[in-house]
Amino acid sequence: MSEEKIKSLEKQFEDRILRDEKIEPKDWMPEKYRQTHIRQISQHAHSEIVGMLPEGNWITRAPSLRRKVALLAKVQDEAGHGLYLYSACETLGISREELYEQLHTGKAKYSSIFNYPTITWADMGAIGWLVDGAAIINQVPLCNTSYGPYARAMVRVCKEESFHQRQGYEIMMTLAKGTPEQKDMAQDALNRWWWPSLMMFGPTDAESVHTAQSMKWKLKRKTNDELRQQFIDQTVPQAELIGLTIPDPDLKWNEERQSYDFGEIDWDEFWQVVKGHGPMNKERMNARVSAWENGAWVRDAAIAYAEKQKEYKSKQAI
Amino acid sequence: MSKNWPLWEIFVRSKNGLEHRHFGSLHAADAEMALENARDVYTRRNEGVSIWVVESKYITASNPEHNGELFEPAQDKVYRHPTFYDIPDEIKHM
Repeated sequence: MSEEKIKSLEKQFEDRILRDEKIEPKDWMPEKYRQTHIRQISQHAHSEIVGMLPEGNWITRAPSLRRKVALLAKVQDEAGHGLYLYSACETLGISREELYEQLHTGKAKYSSIFNYPTITWADMGAIGWLVDGAAIINQVPLCNTSYGPYARAMVRVCKEESFHQRQGYEIMMTLAKGTPEQKDMAQDALNRWWWPSLMMFGPTDAESVHTAQSMKWKLKRKTNDELRQQFIDQTVPQAELIGLTIPDPDLKWNEERQSYDFGEIDWDEFWQVVKGHGPMNKERMNARVSAWENGAWVRDAAIAYAEKQKEYKSKQAI
Repeated sequence: MSKNWPLWEIFVRSKNGLEHRHFGSLHAADAEMALENARDVYTRRNEGVSIWVVESKYITASNPEHNGELFEPAQDKVYRHPTFYDIPDEIKHM
């Protein structure tokens, strides 16, 4: 294709997105659009899959059957969300094998929040309330993103996600109303998860390299800082209502902005965890890779069985 | 001998009276497993009463590059629509 032809196709493409038309898998798209989407959708899928690990840690020790079925259902949803997103990503011409390969070799990233440990039951509450809460704020605008399969997957994900946040908040609320030890446990979980949750929105706008392009393609509708502020404004009153304290001495209502001012985020910690030096990076990858490798014989057996059945049926037909 | 599970397209009827609609895709070793996985992946909250699965390789899709010759001829055939025809106002129900 000549350079001129590509330029004109690119122009038509950008115009379609401006008109809010959706892009579907077989449509022509700029290579950069394809690559950016593969990166973002796969990162999102990987986050759902790795995200099962910190919570899976507590399924066998949930304090009641009610809590256990809820946590199981939540973890199962995350597996489902990972699968919707992997399929959406595969429509861009990358195979599932390649996607897993990128995760297992560390070439692809997943959300850093899952590199923190879940050391008490209250962490299940804090994750549902804060981590899923932050994820919802990030995800709702994606239901309108320009790439059709991604937008459709996100509609399903968002529909299912709100139960996750409510079950988390209910756990926190129950602990906060409990014995002093239980309330301390809830406060401790909030202390540990608050700042990593704020980091989930990514670097500040000034530092974010992808924001401008992503806004243009409607992969993003609001900037990282806007979304972070929205999360803080909505979460602070929720903490106050159940008598927990946000661990930020600089947090203060700003009458003029009608928003909360908040303290400095530790960006060194953020980049350390992104680069693989968080408390659980190694453990999460080991768990994921060994689950994949130990399951290989099951996948092989299933395909061998399917082939044998096919052979058997075709012989019978003769 | 790692052989990958093929890709399947999943169609779900959400209730009787409605058609099966494309819900998404998944990987499975055979049709039976595709059905079982589709049930877990796409109908965890009563989204369906019937599932069809078809291996993706059996679907033939039109090419968007040919959209012009495929779909544009319908655009100038306004006489296929009822509003093309002039009928006196007194006539109701036609």
